[in-house]
Amino acid sequence: MASEILINHNSEFVAELKECAKLLTEKLQGNQFEEASALIQSITEARDRHIFQTVGKLTRGLHNAIVNFNVDADLSKQPPQIEGSDIQDASNRLNYVIELTQKAAEKTMDMVDEAAPIAANLGQEASMLRNDWARLKRREMSADEFRELYERMDGFLGQMEVGTERLNKSLQDIVLEQGFQDLTGQVLKRVIGLIKDVEKDLVDLVRMAGQVEEITGIVDAVDNEHEMEDLIEKRKHEAEGPQINKERENVVSGQDEVDDLLSSLGF
Amino acid sequence: MKILIVDDFSTMRRIIKNLLRDLGFSNTHEADDGMTALPMLKSGDFQFLVTDWNMPGMTGIDLLRAVRADEKLATLPVLMVTAEAKRDQIIEAAQAGVNGYVVKPFTAQALKEKIEKIFERVG
Repeated sequence: MASEILINHNSEFVAELKECAKLLTEKLQGNQFEEASALIQSITEARDRHIFQTVGKLTRGLHNAIVNFNVDADLSKQPPQIEGSDIQDASNRLNYVIELTQKAAEKTMDMVDEAAPIAANLGQEASMLRNDWARLKRREMSADEFRELYERMDGFLGQMEVGTERLNKSLQDIVLEQGFQDLTGQVLKRVIGLIKDVEKDLVDLVRMAGQVEEITGIVDAVDNEHEMEDLIEKRKHEAEGPQINKERENVVSGQDEVDDLLSSLGF
Repeated sequence: MKILIVDDFSTMRRIIKNLLRDLGFSNTHEADDGMTALPMLKSGDFQFLVTDWNMPGMTGIDLLRAVRADEKLATLPVLMVTAEAKRDQIIEAAQAGVNGYVVKPFTAQALKEKIEKIFERVG
């Protein structure tokens, strides 16, 4: 891995420095100032070379990342114009997931909207018939009314047959519509794969950058500590979308906990 | 009662609209963002606002603050219906003056209870 080569490279440089340091001390002790000066010059040159080489490795790492993720960009523009990339592809796929799930949800609700009145009507008619049937049982019905009931009952049974068939079809179609989960699941898996790759490359790059910082002696300004604290505080209040891990400390696990929290604060 | 439903996902707006209709509230209007909702509220004599939190233009929490800061809208009952479940956010919403907080996914019963509670308080 690139960063391992980097570690070895560093230790070579450090060994070289140690050698030179020893030599330098000798020269100084022997009052050979001109030679000591020349030695300091060559140490500086070695350090510069080393920095350039390390930075070169880092730049190469960045270029490789761009190649790995098929980034097709016009880097001469400001900001750079990205024509295409794996990440752009992943973005498109995720938009496809949003679109697909929305269509499936709408279609499912359409089918429910269609089916609901059928069920409601059947229920209503059954209720009315039941009342009349009860009257019949109590012998409160006239002959004419009975004949009417006879016909209505027949009609109702027919309605039931047709209605329930339609309801069953709607229910089946609703189940079929849930097939979106398979398609979206496949897309999401691919995107997860891509994200993991990006993370891996980022971590490698950060490690290489760390090496450069070490060599060049760049020290993080103290300000960064406060920046970190501010960032952590800000994150607490940032919207995060739906929580996946209900066990997380600062997260409620359902409506009951929300209610408890609010009433405990007097709201 | 004239109600405004604000959520950037049309599916959720439809679900809430349907649930409100089942509860007897059929005078509902929709907006897909805090940005488009605010002018509607300012000019529209709405009596109830149901809003999500996460929206691209203006978030629900910012919409709530804008409503509470507006002279005409300050007392408008607001119910948040959102996936945001961090304690800090729930507290933030309460402190900003929200009248109810329903967390997604929610049941019809939960929505009904919260709405009843809000209007029993406001009278």
